[in-house]
Amino acid sequence: MSEANASATRITPGNALRPEDIALLETRPADAVAQYALWLGDDALILAQRLGWWISRAPELEEDVALANIALDQIGHARSFLTYAGRAWDKTEDDLAYFRREPEFRSVHLVEQPNGDFARTIARQLVVALYQWELYSRLVDSADPTLAAIAAKAVKEVDYHRDHSTQWVLRLALGTEESRRRMIAGLKLTWPYVEELFTDHPLIDELGETGVRPSSLRAPFDAALQAVLDEAELELPAVPGAVGGGRLGRHSEHLGYILAELQVLAREHPGASW
Amino acid sequence: MTTTATTPESRVDHDAAGERLFDELIAQDSRIEPRDWMPADYRKSLTRQISQHAHSEIIGMQPEANWITRAPSLKRKAVLMAKVQDEAGHGLYLYSAAETLGTPRDRMTEDLIAGKARYSSIFNYPVLTWADIGAIGWLVDGAAICNQVPLCRASYGPYGRAMVRICKEESFHQRQGFEILLELANGTPEQRAMAQDAVNRWYAPSLMMFGPPDEESPNSQKSMEWKIKRFSNDELRSRFVGMMVEQIRVLGLELPDKDVRFDEETGRWEHGPLDWKEFREVLAGRGPCNAQRLERRREAHEEGAWVREAAAAYAQKQALKTAQAA
Repeated sequence: MSEANASATRITPGNALRPEDIALLETRPADAVAQYALWLGDDALILAQRLGWWISRAPELEEDVALANIALDQIGHARSFLTYAGRAWDKTEDDLAYFRREPEFRSVHLVEQPNGDFARTIARQLVVALYQWELYSRLVDSADPTLAAIAAKAVKEVDYHRDHSTQWVLRLALGTEESRRRMIAGLKLTWPYVEELFTDHPLIDELGETGVRPSSLRAPFDAALQAVLDEAELELPAVPGAVGGGRLGRHSEHLGYILAELQVLAREHPGASW
Repeated sequence: MTTTATTPESRVDHDAAGERLFDELIAQDSRIEPRDWMPADYRKSLTRQISQHAHSEIIGMQPEANWITRAPSLKRKAVLMAKVQDEAGHGLYLYSAAETLGTPRDRMTEDLIAGKARYSSIFNYPVLTWADIGAIGWLVDGAAICNQVPLCRASYGPYGRAMVRICKEESFHQRQGFEILLELANGTPEQRAMAQDAVNRWYAPSLMMFGPPDEESPNSQKSMEWKIKRFSNDELRSRFVGMMVEQIRVLGLELPDKDVRFDEETGRWEHGPLDWKEFREVLAGRGPCNAQRLERRREAHEEGAWVREAAAAYAQKQALKTAQAA
């Protein structure tokens, strides 16, 4: 990011950037940039909602703390992306999170998938963390200084998520017979939803140097995943990819329930502040 | 998880020099450390108190976690997640402090799940509305702070030190709870009614968190002599009522107690009668959520067993590999 941009937005990459700061920005993102911010924000929001369920239910207390950390990081990223997207349409992060209907969400099917057992959650976490790391480590060079700044903060946090899920994949795959069986099953259930992460959409062509082309992340993602699977003595699941559609507002059957729970209280009291 | 801890059984139970030192340290208001000699009853009483406190943190995660997925704004959701995460952290330090007295965490967890160990009864009440999240922070964490601040000076070192950190985080939680209620009290009529209803339901149970009246509290006397506990149940309760009287005015809500008054003669805040029968019922396991809370803890523990076994097996294999490579 250039010096001039940095001073114009009062943001420098790597500095703690709060959603409250983004809300005060004078610049408004173009509609396409805001749509792209929704993609990333919705992924993080729905994942945080899923991970939040584990807090008080994890296999050990240390893991309640770790999963809560990851969920908190994701909710932080969601708040920043949604706040920025909302600047384009005079909406707040909460307007977007609580008062959009299901087809208006842009999350991928992967983050909507049920937690299942701990192995299934870890399989989903591994895929998400590797993908988000590849994505954010490129988005730091975005032509949009706000997206770059959000990514600069997120990439450091997601680096820890990568490590967390990698360590657990190794423990589960190489631990006991039962844990290995569950890890293999978890990966298999997760695998159909991987392809959607790397599907390009026309929106990306409009973004130019602002966004990261999903298909460009596939090769580095595959290499990173293969390295983990090799060490864990696991094979890529031999299951076909599923047709996605989240970026177009066509979601899995799970999202309706997730939103029903997420939005219930806010929608009972429209216009109230909390 | 496997845990290691010092084994008190291996130590000589009676040690005249050790006992003299213990008495001196207590008299000087100094600290007893894990390797010091201590009377068996001191160890037992502390283990009971610290493990109950740890269990309360862990069970206490459940009622609040119940609202994480429904929190009405993203900021509140993040704050609530962080709060419940802090509670897991408090449970961890407290179990560690209790382990220094010789009881492994596994055994404490088993006692909890088997219904043999106690935890704070307050968590057996249901958390019905979002305002309850505010009332728990303000009243329940507020009462916990009154109880816990003196424990920072508890004679047992690891407990006192754990409490210093816990109290800092608890006071942050209390401010958050107050802020939730303040926002609701100044919100729509429905939000305001929700806030008052929550205060009405949590007021008496939070007063009972200080334990039975002094004349009926069997464990208190010895704990005070040993300087684990510094103030009596009734003293702390009265202090808490005084604080709440101040703060409820700022909220613009009411305490559901017409008998609250400052007694000039005793210098204490007095409150209306509390339903100790209900307290004993909940303590005996007949509260609205006792069975639910224990079942949820048992379920998480048992369903996590294969994960903990995998982690232990993996660690063992890695250690073996390292040893073979050496």
